[in-house]
Amino acid sequence: MSAPGTGTATAPASASARTGGADGGGPPVVTVTVPPRSFRSELRAIKVVWRRELIRFRSERVRIVTSLAQPLLFLFVLGSGLQQLSAASTDGVDLKTFIYPGVLCISVMFTAMFSAASIVWDREFGFLREMMVAPVRRSSIVIGKCFGGATVASLQGVILLALAWTVDVPYSVSLILGVFLLQLLLAFSITAFGVMAAARIKQMQSFMGLMQLVVMPMFFISGALFPVTNLPGWLAFLNRIDPLTYAVSPMRSIVFNHLDLSKQAEASLNPGITWFGWTVPMALEIFTVFALGMAMLGIAIWEFNSGE
Amino acid sequence: MPAAISVKDLRKSFGELEAVRGVGFEVEAGEVFGFLGPNGAGKTTTINMLCTLAKPTSGSATVAGFDVVASRDDVRRHIGLVFQDPTLDGYLTAEQNLRLHAELYGVEKALVAPRMQQVLEMVGLWERRDGQVLAFSGGMRRRLEIARGLMHSPRVLFLDEPTIGLDPQTRNSIWGYIRQLQESEEITIFMTTHYMDEAEFCGRIAIMDHGEIVALDTPEALKEQVGADRIRIETDDDGAAIEAIEARFGLEAGISEGAVTFAVPDGEEFVPRLFAELGVPIRSVSLSRPTLDDVFMSHTGTTIRDAEETDGGAKAKNKFAAQMMGGGRR
Repeated sequence: MSAPGTGTATAPASASARTGGADGGGPPVVTVTVPPRSFRSELRAIKVVWRRELIRFRSERVRIVTSLAQPLLFLFVLGSGLQQLSAASTDGVDLKTFIYPGVLCISVMFTAMFSAASIVWDREFGFLREMMVAPVRRSSIVIGKCFGGATVASLQGVILLALAWTVDVPYSVSLILGVFLLQLLLAFSITAFGVMAAARIKQMQSFMGLMQLVVMPMFFISGALFPVTNLPGWLAFLNRIDPLTYAVSPMRSIVFNHLDLSKQAEASLNPGITWFGWTVPMALEIFTVFALGMAMLGIAIWEFNSGE
Repeated sequence: MPAAISVKDLRKSFGELEAVRGVGFEVEAGEVFGFLGPNGAGKTTTINMLCTLAKPTSGSATVAGFDVVASRDDVRRHIGLVFQDPTLDGYLTAEQNLRLHAELYGVEKALVAPRMQQVLEMVGLWERRDGQVLAFSGGMRRRLEIARGLMHSPRVLFLDEPTIGLDPQTRNSIWGYIRQLQESEEITIFMTTHYMDEAEFCGRIAIMDHGEIVALDTPEALKEQVGADRIRIETDDDGAAIEAIEARFGLEAGISEGAVTFAVPDGEEFVPRLFAELGVPIRSVSLSRPTLDDVFMSHTGTTIRDAEETDGGAKAKNKFAAQMMGGGRR
């Protein structure tokens, strides 16, 4: 595997030797070899694609701040504003506390979509080609990208998690752990969705259009801002087929489990999802998010494999 | 030693359009092989097939001993690529770009740093390794791409128009690296260009036109084949001059870049006869030894620039390239 002998010899300043091409007397050349594809090399590829996402996230501090703006607007402006109207029907629960789990979900969702969008940038600026011609499986690139998006979005989610005290949600290890893991899963699934879409979309404007057309409705329909009981039939139907619904509901359950709520408030604010009258257990809700994420990851990999 | 690249009857069609119409050639290990032709001649399509980026419609090719269709990954492990269009991550530093490349290619960890230093020093960017690529000039980026293409010690380096759009100084230094590489590493270089003067530096060149290879040899041999000197005259009546040349001397002349051009052996002795016998007033005359432009002309009946002016325009890039060429020469 290793190049014979020359391994530790650092290259000398060869600039001075540019003209003197004395045969055999040139500077020692560090020669490397590329090993055949193996499980280990695939892991390295996944890791480096993942790490690139983190490096870029760190260098884009502005993005961290701007992508916090939207969730904070929903939480504090919409939450505080609508509280005036709804005090009577939330059974004593502050509206901000009610929409907090939903806001945890959307902040993750937007960040994850932006991470996936970087594939479109990568294509426009050519870097995608550098990854596509490497001697690794394209699935490794796609998986690395999804892990990267999931990590970045969850880090963003941690900032919002730190704001729990402002909406009267007490901290506990189980709360932080539960919310974090669920955010990670949601972020992974959303990134997979975004990457799947980005495989076909060649221009950033089109991707932004998709965000408006798909992501915003997904968010509004998901029940992040309202309880999903007693909805009009058409909205209840849309709500049940909205994948985000299955993340918002368990997120709300995790947060509400740490609150001291009246039975009545619990029943009206966190009724759980029903399929034809049957209440879907939380584990199945979470599994739905996972399964959809894996399905979209599969489609994304298939798309990148069949391209070019 | 086996051939670095071996191509047999390679074809590629895009729907109705046959971009590459059965090319075949061999490139020996250690050679600098130039692929020449106007934009749209099929050079990039050919290079894409050799790099496993496009599947041949028919025919076969091996690179570094591996079949480009059956052993795609093995080919990829042994080739370095520098594309016409940039493929760097501008948000990363030069070093981060190279490290990322080394990780993707599975380069042994202990060798990443020394190899990186070597390739960065070669292209004169070692001091700038911590600089973000976004802040680099076009020439620096191209040099960094070349360094990255060499990062995993490829056996064959593909350069697709490596000097396009660059200033003369950077073009010269890129040719300097190529010569240096030939001396220091066991590497075969396969490049496309449509700069005729640069093709002179290649060991052998293949001229491609309309999807076919029309000539293949060393630059010297190709020029010798043309044999004749080239005479360009400016006259008061180009049409009459062309007719007169044909009628009186039996030579075929054409208009190229605004002047009547034709080839003739022993040009110095011919010029006095031309003035005496042509019968059309001549305003200026110039005589030149055969160049690769003439080689191209003798095989395709047009100069590379004229070919681009009529064929081109399909891609906006063509226009840009033509401007760059015109600006650099006139």
